[in-house]
Amino acid sequence: MVVAERKPIEEILDMIKEFDKVLLTGCKGCVTVCNAGGEKEVGILASALKIARKKEGREIEIDEITLERQCDPEYIDQLEDPISKNNYDAVLSMACSVGPQYIAKRFDTVLVYPMLNTSFIGGSLEHGVWAEFCQACGSCAIHNFGGLCPIARCAKSLMNGPCGGSSGGKCEISPETDCVWHLIYERMSRLGQLDKLGNVVMFKDWTTSRDGGPRKIVREDLKQ
Amino acid sequence: MRLNYPTNIRIINVPCTGRVDILHLLKAIEDGADGVYVVGCLEGDCHYLTGNLKARKRVNYVKKLLEEMGIEPGRVEIYNLSAAQGPRFAEIAREFTARIKELGPTPVRAGGKAKEKAA
Repeated sequence: MVVAERKPIEEILDMIKEFDKVLLTGCKGCVTVCNAGGEKEVGILASALKIARKKEGREIEIDEITLERQCDPEYIDQLEDPISKNNYDAVLSMACSVGPQYIAKRFDTVLVYPMLNTSFIGGSLEHGVWAEFCQACGSCAIHNFGGLCPIARCAKSLMNGPCGGSSGGKCEISPETDCVWHLIYERMSRLGQLDKLGNVVMFKDWTTSRDGGPRKIVREDLKQ
Repeated sequence: MRLNYPTNIRIINVPCTGRVDILHLLKAIEDGADGVYVVGCLEGDCHYLTGNLKARKRVNYVKKLLEEMGIEPGRVEIYNLSAAQGPRFAEIAREFTARIKELGPTPVRAGGKAKEKAA
């Protein structure tokens, strides 16, 4: 999932300081799962912002709505009704950064603000803890590394590791960060495939990653 | 025991403090409560095992949120005691009331009043 976290309240308050009535939109997709921007977080942020503004002596009206997803135009259409019927000063989005961009695209004259910092593509390690597992490089090769990704999980994205900074299974950047090359070595060892690590992996073709510019996928069979 | 405790406290019953949500605490502050405290069972004594531990984490989260907003985190608190500790319940009520009196009225309501005066 896309993992995100809420921006600091202070930053949000500064963004909305001139507004008196806003629509706060959540997303029931990834950001609900990572507890950053679902219905519940929308309620909490709305309440926090109302408290902060009451304290300043300038109350703010916040309407709340949580869409099925903010990365599909048909769900963004559901904002048409509340936006056209209310004179909102701005729309605040608690989706990953795709959400505010979709709202901005759909509503040309509406001010849109992101409430979250989109962090990474990852998964949960335990309840309340998330970690990065994928960097969307566009050409997955984790099968060569025991199913572990050295692009996303090695600080240097080394294709031939580990480096000298690996110590006791940890990365030199932090004692809390596993050295993925250590994990790869251990797993390949368990799989009886250590010999595969003897091959030098040539440099990666990054054209499928961001180096090729913004990416697009077209499925002609689905396209209408 | 006919124990007395301050009359300014309004009790809201929940089946377990594990039911107390971040939003419950925030809404109380938003609606102008000077302080909110959660009274749960002793740690380790939760009938549902971890209800009071979860409540403590939520209270701590709200404290952090309040701090971010420039509101005293001490306006939210959690206490643990058993159902057999009536005197302690009254003592906590007095303790928390004293703390809130020291902090003064909530800035959330004061902000509104400042606006009325300005208008």
